[in-house]
Order: sequence, then structure tokens, then C-alpha cells
Amino acid sequence: MSFVILASVTVIAALGLLFARKPVHAALSLAVVMVGLAMIYATLEAPFLFAVQIVVYTGAILMLFLFVIMLVGVDTSDTLKETIAGQKVLATLLGVGLGAILIAGIGQASIATMRGLSSANEGGNVQRLADLLFSRYVIAFEATSALLITAAIGAMVLAHRERIDPKQSQTDLAQKRVADYAKSGKHLGPLPPPGTFARHNSNDTPALLPDGSQSTESVPAILAGGRADEEAKGE
Amino acid sequence: MTDNTTAYVILSAILFTIGTIGVLTRRNAIVVFMCVELMLNAANLALVAFSRMHGNLDGQVTAFFVMVVAAAEVVVGLAIIMTIFRTRNTASVDEPRMLKW
Repeated sequence: MSFVILASVTVIAALGLLFARKPVHAALSLAVVMVGLAMIYATLEAPFLFAVQIVVYTGAILMLFLFVIMLVGVDTSDTLKETIAGQKVLATLLGVGLGAILIAGIGQASIATMRGLSSANEGGNVQRLADLLFSRYVIAFEATSALLITAAIGAMVLAHRERIDPKQSQTDLAQKRVADYAKSGKHLGPLPPPGTFARHNSNDTPALLPDGSQSTESVPAILAGGRADEEAKGE
Repeated sequence: MTDNTTAYVILSAILFTIGTIGVLTRRNAIVVFMCVELMLNAANLALVAFSRMHGNLDGQVTAFFVMVVAAAEVVVGLAIIMTIFRTRNTASVDEPRMLKW
């Protein structure tokens, strides 16, 4: 009974991954899948993997996904134009075909019923796993440490950006501003904040100028871009 | 708690299929990545179920290694997505067609 409930929740949440329009919603439904799978692991006598699934997957990996979604922009939904004609339909058909073949194959195969882990888990699941990990699988375990270090360094190299020109100090910026004012009469003071005199005060609402027109300078470029893209798509 | 291994393996196959369809149809690189994670998790579920079927813990150890590799893969993959977004200002898998920028 618990399996039926957990399995249906997991599958429905996984389908949410397919149909969610915004990446944040997809990430949240993936979180439900992960927690559901963790509970299934608990029913399968794998308490260590139950904890690791929640700590590593829902705790670390999904939060990393959410961080990147926030950095890349929450509003980047899927582009609607198809690069290859009929790709979505064909891909869905092939995917469903793969699923049908898998399920039919598993249905045909005679898979033994579960023997249970009560003897293998004797003395504690974590202790028995540690015995295996540090004896038979110790080479693989050491290799994963090399893999993790490589991945961390790789991410740092990829995310690193070399500074080409020297950092501008506050003095440089002030002098540049005054020079601009002397040359072209550009306003010396700070830019108008978003939402000034507008109906909303959210960050992507442009400030209104005294004549009622919108000030493009008041909205950060990345937010203005996202809003403009959505309006172009007719939302 | 059911002792029927087939049910777990079929659930794993369904999740894997959903992940495959997601990878093939979604355009946002981050969502494609999440679907890859779903496929890895489906494989893990099969491993844990088979571990209980055979009555030994090798499957659970393998599932643990899969999790480690998945974590490393996510770190590098998301860093690549961030780099592509910084240079091309898009997170769509259709836009980057060159191998360099």
C-alpha cells in the first residue's frame, strides 16, 4: 500500500518535470520525486541511502539547481520555435515506445521476489555498507575522491573570469562621471530607482518621468530584457 | 511493504522513460539537466530494489557511487551552463551551435 502511494506521487511529480513551463516549478517537482524516492529507499531497507538521498539530492544538488536558475534568470522559459520540424512529437513517440518496450520486457522476465536484507543488514546498515566500502570497493571509493576534487576544480575554472583591465576605483568612477557631465551634460546624480511614481514598486517596473513616460534607466538591463522577451512572446 | 521486485523495476522504468522524454523535448538546458538527474535516480531505484532481491548490499554501494558521480556531474554541468549564459545570454539548448565562442 505504501508503495502504491509513493509510486503514484513520484510519477505524478516526475510528469510535472515534463509539463512545468518555468524551471523553478520543474525543480520543485524534482524535489518531490527525490523525497518520494528517499521514502521508497526506506521501505527497501536502505536507511543510509534514504538519508543520503535527502541530504545530497534534495539538500545539495537541488539547491545548486535553484541557485543557477536564480543566476540565469527565473523567466527563461522554453523557446517555442522548433529548430527541427516535428521533433517534439517524434521524440515523445520514441520515448513512449522505449517505455513500452522496457515495461513489456520487465513484465516478460521472471524476477525473483525479494529475499530481504535482514541478514545482510545485521549489526546495522551503515556498518555493513562501511565494511563493503572500505574493503571490496576501496579502490572505487578512492577514485571518487579524485573525481570530486577534479569536478570542484573544473567548476572553479569554468566559473572563473580573468580580469582584463584593472579594477576602477571610486575616484576613477567619480572623475569619469564629472568628465561625462562636462562633455555631454549627462546627469551627475544616481539613476532613478525602479518603481518611482509607478503603480508597482517591484524591481522590473520602470520609474515614471514627470511627463508620464517610462524611464528605461531605472530598470536593470537583465530584468528589462526578460520582461521585453515575455511581451514579445505575447504573454 | 511489498516483496514484489517487478513493481519497483517497473516504477524505475517509468521514471527513466519520463526522464528520457524530458531530455528529448525540453529546450531549457537546466530542465534538461534535471531530467538527466531523474534518469540517474531511476537507475538507483532499480539498483536498491535488486540489492534487496539478492539479499546483499552490493547494489546499495553501487547506488551510493552513482550519487557521488551525479553530484560531480551536476557541478561541472551547471558551471558550463553558467559560462554559456554569461557569453551568449541564453539557457536554451538550441542557441549554442558552435564548439567555441
